[in-house]
Amino acid sequence: MDLSRLKRLDPYCWSLPAGEGRAPALLYGSEPLLSTMDDKVLEQISNVAALPGLVGPAMTMPDAHWGYGFPIGGVAAFDAEQGGIISAGGVGFDISCGIRFLRSNLTLDDIAPELSRLADQLYRDIPAGVGEEGNLKLSPEELDRVMLKGAQWALDRGYGVPEDLPYIEEHGRIGGAVPDKVSPLAKKRQRGEMGTLGSGNHYLEVQVVEKIYDPLAAAAFGLHQGQVVVSIHCGSRGLGHQIGTDYLVSLAKAASRLGIRLPDRELACAPIKSPEGQEYLGAMNAAINVALTNRQILTHLARQAFSHVIYGAELETVYDVSHNTCKLETHQVDGQKRRLHIHRKGATRAFPPGHPAIPERYRETGQPVIIGGSMGTGSYVLAGLAGNPAYASASHGAGRAMSRNQALKHWHGRELIDQLKHQGILIRTRSMRGAAEEAPGAYKDVDLVAEATEKAGLAKRVAFLRPKACVKG
Amino acid sequence: MTPVYDFFDHDADIGIVGRGATVEAAFETAAEAMFSIMAGPGSAGRVSHVAFEFEEEDVELALVTWLNRLLAEARSHGLMFSAFKLTQDGDRWHGEAWGAPWGRHAIGGVEVKGATLTMLSVKAIDGQWEARCVVDV
Repeated sequence: MDLSRLKRLDPYCWSLPAGEGRAPALLYGSEPLLSTMDDKVLEQISNVAALPGLVGPAMTMPDAHWGYGFPIGGVAAFDAEQGGIISAGGVGFDISCGIRFLRSNLTLDDIAPELSRLADQLYRDIPAGVGEEGNLKLSPEELDRVMLKGAQWALDRGYGVPEDLPYIEEHGRIGGAVPDKVSPLAKKRQRGEMGTLGSGNHYLEVQVVEKIYDPLAAAAFGLHQGQVVVSIHCGSRGLGHQIGTDYLVSLAKAASRLGIRLPDRELACAPIKSPEGQEYLGAMNAAINVALTNRQILTHLARQAFSHVIYGAELETVYDVSHNTCKLETHQVDGQKRRLHIHRKGATRAFPPGHPAIPERYRETGQPVIIGGSMGTGSYVLAGLAGNPAYASASHGAGRAMSRNQALKHWHGRELIDQLKHQGILIRTRSMRGAAEEAPGAYKDVDLVAEATEKAGLAKRVAFLRPKACVKG
Repeated sequence: MTPVYDFFDHDADIGIVGRGATVEAAFETAAEAMFSIMAGPGSAGRVSHVAFEFEEEDVELALVTWLNRLLAEARSHGLMFSAFKLTQDGDRWHGEAWGAPWGRHAIGGVEVKGATLTMLSVKAIDGQWEARCVVDV
């Protein structure tokens, strides 16, 4: 990225000053991170800053990269009462994609002799990859119930334990879901996809806590060095993809009909209060509940797999948080409380200590935030900070540094998997192409991203997690 | 010779390009490009057939609608498509696709979630039509 257009406010925050018809944008991250980002990130966030009803600056997180519509790692707040918009490209196709993070009662020593068996069992039990379906086959009517009840639907059918719910954002169910605004085609696509991981950058990873940065927060999260933990990264599957598809075109037409001047067509959007905006909001909330349910079912399947291989294994939910959403939240702006629709596209919500929406257990530490890194390097657990300048948002992953096409030219899936095995990381996947595209070298340095996230005041590092086994879609 | 379908770089996702003598032919090869991402090596065969129609006056949105409709039909019928036919009649588009159950043919591929409006264009270049967009994987 050409940094000459930016003003450095501090070593971890850069400003693109307001322009004609455009609010300013803030880009969080260190110079090494920003200088290697594609110029398209700047172009995209600059376009977001021109959308109607934006409150404050448009922002990117330290892991930002070039997306569609919004950049991945983009955060923007809109006020419905001031003509603010909602954008399907500001949420993404994989609505409510996120991470369920689980702690175990095991240490690396406990699982080391059984790691290969455990990886195989997880690979057998977790449907993953293109075209894979789960054991559940849901009618459109049953899917309507999932969309309304969220994770509770899964609990009612024996997937999980009641203790999971308080540790899922929104207690596993967001209000405002309107299943009638979800197309029959979307419901048809989801018929066999509940309890599936998907493909691309989705994964289930067995990790070990390698380093503790913040002992107090780690204790509150129930984490200690050497402990085995699990991260499940996936979203709302075919239903969410189809909602994204359906509304991308309808919102593009609405923008045109309503005379909204879009710097780029990919920012397809409509005023939140318009019929099209309300319809998308209802459908998107329905997809959020599907994603939370999906991760609840996968949590249950992971528990079964662990118990099958390791007697007495227990997995407890630390937290479940999405990073592709638009949510109505209350934030302080210029000393006033305002209700704003916060778009987070590849950005994690990171509520601070004391926030009423986070579980009692985390009230003093802040909400757990997961930065999911690549399968060869590691991930971070962080905690929300008071005074977060980005509407309580933080990074969500390492962020791609190289396109998928370039990655395919650099790595071969089989060789990469063998190399990772040599490093003590077991990969289970059907897709050699997918493995190559997800090569650790195709991602930014997750250590730099986590450090910048902390130094920018977005969230503080609590623990570093090293991957040991990974089921990839 | 210019390949009938091709790919271009995008940080997070994949750009696809379809080319042909007509708009319809360019759309058909764009579909081939998209399904080649999901299918992995080898052809899925042509044992099943689906047909559908849609209405779209904007030719660029028609490309996105065509590709997304194919993804939805593939997923809901459990098929991996390998051959495509599209006919335009004014604003009406009649699409057909042939494929095989995708359990056996998807090994090695990566799921495409949807076709986006990013870098979307449909235009004639040197007497040949070119259709391109970024697909989300």
